[in-house]
Amino acid sequence: MAISNKNARGHTSYWASIGHRLSGLALAAFIPFHFLVLSLAVNDRTSLDGLLSLADQPLFKIGEWGLVVLLVIHMAFGIRVLILELVPWRHGKDGRTNLVWVGVIAAIMIGIYFLVRAF
Amino acid sequence: MTTLRVKIWRGNENEEGEFQTFDVPARENQTILDVVTEVQRVQEPGLSYRFACRVGVCGSCAMTVNGKPRWTCRTHINAVAKDGEITIEPLRNMPVIKDLTCDMTEFFQKWQKAGGKFDGTITRKDPVATLPPSDLKRQKADAGIECINCAVCYSACDTVNWDSDYLGPAALNRAWTLVNDERAANRQEVLDKAIGDSGCSSCHSQGNCTAACPVGLSPSQSIHGLKRMSLLSFLGKGI
Repeated sequence: MAISNKNARGHTSYWASIGHRLSGLALAAFIPFHFLVLSLAVNDRTSLDGLLSLADQPLFKIGEWGLVVLLVIHMAFGIRVLILELVPWRHGKDGRTNLVWVGVIAAIMIGIYFLVRAF
Repeated sequence: MTTLRVKIWRGNENEEGEFQTFDVPARENQTILDVVTEVQRVQEPGLSYRFACRVGVCGSCAMTVNGKPRWTCRTHINAVAKDGEITIEPLRNMPVIKDLTCDMTEFFQKWQKAGGKFDGTITRKDPVATLPPSDLKRQKADAGIECINCAVCYSACDTVNWDSDYLGPAALNRAWTLVNDERAANRQEVLDKAIGDSGCSSCHSQGNCTAACPVGLSPSQSIHGLKRMSLLSFLGKGI
């Protein structure tokens, strides 16, 4: 029997931890491809040049935008965890769960800035 | 009088069972515990559940109501019923004994594993210790001492669900009150236990415990306080 816990979640702190976890997993999945492309600089320069020529394609730029947004989300929610753990709490519910929105807004702003610069 | 449709988990210790539906009168002032009691007294005498004080002090009557652990004696039906229906299950993360009753043995054993036993520095023959309310450590301890041991936070915690060895928010909250208690003789020992295997470092900072705590405590604050204290202890700063 699986007892339901669905309504114990859904608060802002929960979504911050989920955002941190999922962005981290997505970035971890990207890193092997990143290193693979970097290795072409040593092993196969022609292939690397071919790949880099794709960098101007719109789809590629959207992919880069996704990476930037994931990085900002992961960084912002990681800083949130550091603040939770290292900065003494004034009281139990001192509003630091609102830091979630700082991370979300930062990701949106930097994402928009990146898109405007990219095109 | 309109009726309320109540789905209650009926099961045994082998986690076998099913939901049974009861129709009870919907009254103006009615808590979840009132409804469960009415079902047991009027319709199904074999229904097992646990309660004692009925006023939010003893922490006995917690159950999962519509997918969230709650203290049922202080939860008004109108606050949780959806379209005249409620679903009541036992608490999560603990073995079910029967129906809505859980075996809380492991929950309380974890309090001991986290160093929850108080060892004092004085005897009853000594004068009573002076604890100024202005003392910062006392304020930190005071923030966590009103826990009623209801296990709502333990049930809401996903980390306990993933790692059955994790001590859980209530036990670590208790440890936090002791490491800040100037009267405790074993503060370093408590800290060592709280930061040991499956201790405070296993917390994923989801905050379900704080969001669910019926008396408004913040186990998150306590757990993160222990993490900070463990770092300071590692760096050679005494507690």
